[in-house]
Amino acid sequence: MDLIVALQSSFGELITAGTAAFVLCAIGLAIHFGFTGLLNFGQAAFAAVGAYGYAIAALDFKAPLVLSVLFGLLCAVIFAVLLGIPTLRLRADYLAIVTIAAAQVFKFVATSSAITDPSGNVITGGAEGLSEFGGTFYSLNPVPAGEYQVFGNSLTQDQIWVDIVGWLLVVVCALLTYFLTRSPWGRALKGIREDEDAVRSLGKNVYLYKMQALILGGCMAALGGMVFVINSQTVQPTVWGTNFTFTIWTVLLLGGATTVLGPIAGGVVFFTLFAFIQKVLEGLVAIHWMGSLTIPQVGQIRLILVGLALMLLVIFRPQGLFGNKKETLFNG
Amino acid sequence: MTRLRSLAGLLLLLGTVFATLLGGTAASPAQAATCAAADPTLPYIVEGTLLNNGETPLKGVQVNLTGNGVDACVLSDENGYFMLTVAKPAKYTVSIETSTLPAGVGVDPADQASQAVDLTVTSDQGVIFPLGKVADTSVSIWAQLADRLFNGLNMGLLLALASIGISLIFGTTGFSNFAHGDMVSLGAMLTWFMTQILGWPILAAGAVAIVAVGASAYLQDAAIWRPLRRRRLGLNQMMIVSIGFSIVFRYLILIFFGGETKDLGSSTEPVAWMAPITTTSTSLIGMGISAVALAGVALFLTKTRIGKATRAVSDNSSLAASTGIDVERIIRIVWILAGLLTGIAGVLWGLRYQANWSTGFDILLLLFAATTLGGLGTSLGTAVGAIIIGLVVETSALVIPTDLTYASALFILILVLLVRPQGILGKKQRLG
Repeated sequence: MDLIVALQSSFGELITAGTAAFVLCAIGLAIHFGFTGLLNFGQAAFAAVGAYGYAIAALDFKAPLVLSVLFGLLCAVIFAVLLGIPTLRLRADYLAIVTIAAAQVFKFVATSSAITDPSGNVITGGAEGLSEFGGTFYSLNPVPAGEYQVFGNSLTQDQIWVDIVGWLLVVVCALLTYFLTRSPWGRALKGIREDEDAVRSLGKNVYLYKMQALILGGCMAALGGMVFVINSQTVQPTVWGTNFTFTIWTVLLLGGATTVLGPIAGGVVFFTLFAFIQKVLEGLVAIHWMGSLTIPQVGQIRLILVGLALMLLVIFRPQGLFGNKKETLFNG
Repeated sequence: MTRLRSLAGLLLLLGTVFATLLGGTAASPAQAATCAAADPTLPYIVEGTLLNNGETPLKGVQVNLTGNGVDACVLSDENGYFMLTVAKPAKYTVSIETSTLPAGVGVDPADQASQAVDLTVTSDQGVIFPLGKVADTSVSIWAQLADRLFNGLNMGLLLALASIGISLIFGTTGFSNFAHGDMVSLGAMLTWFMTQILGWPILAAGAVAIVAVGASAYLQDAAIWRPLRRRRLGLNQMMIVSIGFSIVFRYLILIFFGGETKDLGSSTEPVAWMAPITTTSTSLIGMGISAVALAGVALFLTKTRIGKATRAVSDNSSLAASTGIDVERIIRIVWILAGLLTGIAGVLWGLRYQANWSTGFDILLLLFAATTLGGLGTSLGTAVGAIIIGLVVETSALVIPTDLTYASALFILILVLLVRPQGILGKKQRLG
């Protein structure tokens, strides 16, 4: 097995739009959890709502790019409000329970072939999902056609284009988060994270602040979802499971939940390691060092490692790689 | 009372909305056409086998093929097999003549009764029609309702067994365990392994599986949760740890037992004297076991010293500790009890519904809905909540598609949080 090649192609993972999509979701989750203390266990559903909203607008309404994106964001806002109204006045557990339940139900609804448009087509595409909705996006591609070599990976002009846009969105969202968290609004959020009652006693409407944070973070996840599906050109219900949500959590907690750069650094480290471990495990399978395990089972082992990483991070290094220990006293 | 009524009204409204959304399924009128056997010399073939519930072959069912100027039909043979042939590659539509299906059997989901086939990419296309028992309109709505309510009670009892564990653990430690559902999967998978692979009798296999799940619960507490309580890890952190643990747990089950849905070999023969309710002897025995187990928990909590101590710890653990109750010992007992109950639920769930590696995680939504509805931390409330959830999930299948019935649990969850967040029997101070 060639470790250099494995490392190089793992490095190539860094710059893909797929990584950017997860980082966008993680920045959104940083606003929820890192800055406001909201336990959102359904971030995948926010991403999925944005992705489906975008795809349905582009396919069914033939909407131009801007309107499709706005429709996806609108769906995420509505979703956030629906989940926020019953839960944000209650203890943190309830948001966790409702978001994880809503994410599961969203998957059921997207998989079901019961909800159809008047002509009988399943709106969400059912289990097969939707595809070929990126036309309005790729038609704007300014990158000259051709093959490009990046870190030893060969990329088409379309891949380069979606990578660029994905990471530009990351920069925009990170800057937005940076300035917002240093504004009076952001200080109120941090206050809520540390002591809700203290902020309430200052006359602030805690419920409203939490709702705004849930919506803002949800919209960033929706953008992440759109980047994810424009990159893969298909949106399928199975993708948006708990694995998606808790990969985002691991990315966030790895980098540091209360920092702006944390989600980005976490995403870079996580996906490099994730790809590298896959390559190493596959290599070990190829030379029969892994007993009777097969390549698909290696993918499963990798998810077990993600679960373990999540547990160990929360227990032993809740501030992540770059966070400040003082800021990570989880409330509750 | 008015609250309950408005809740019922809302549910009814939701049901109506769903029903209107779905509209009627268009059934084409029966054709009296006689179908000739397919011409085997034609090069392009569409074929398939009609199996009820994926098992019983259906004979004499008419399958039509239309499109590109062709209008052919064929009847399935005694093996349920049908074959249609055409001369030209093109896109065709294959549909099943639903009026020729036996009574009570239908295509589910209904839109699969007509499928597109593309013979330009292949010369031999297999078609699968998902056939199974569907709500038979000739059965009165009351008979259907009775059937659904009975099966809902069955599901509710199983949910109660599994969710009381969540409630007891929450009550004594304040922690919502998101890895709880995976113990249900473990119980079902172990039973499958012992009955189907090792060939043990079900009683022995079930008993061993229940004890094994109880042991796993003890180990979970001893290896993870007790050390974390000692470290005084925050409850929110513990919840995230439990999610990480649930991922590890679930994928270990997947690696050990494989991904297929397992049949635990329970009887499928309906019990005749229960008509119009369709149930099996396995389910009836299972319901008996669940009811006895639940009664046992109720007696344990109200009559025994340890049960009373458990309730004292749930009420106020520092006060309980100051009266000389060993809180850690109570928590240990609660974990073992929760594991045993969840093990019973897993075995019975697997026998009743079949199971796979993620079954427990899939029903976690129902378990949390049950504990929230009943009142987090109140065992009796949780049992009541679980039975309500079971009844609603089953009866909702009368108005919403069967693959969306779990969504009704989410609706209940959200309604409860809006109307009475402490749950039916919960206390307000728990909301924090």
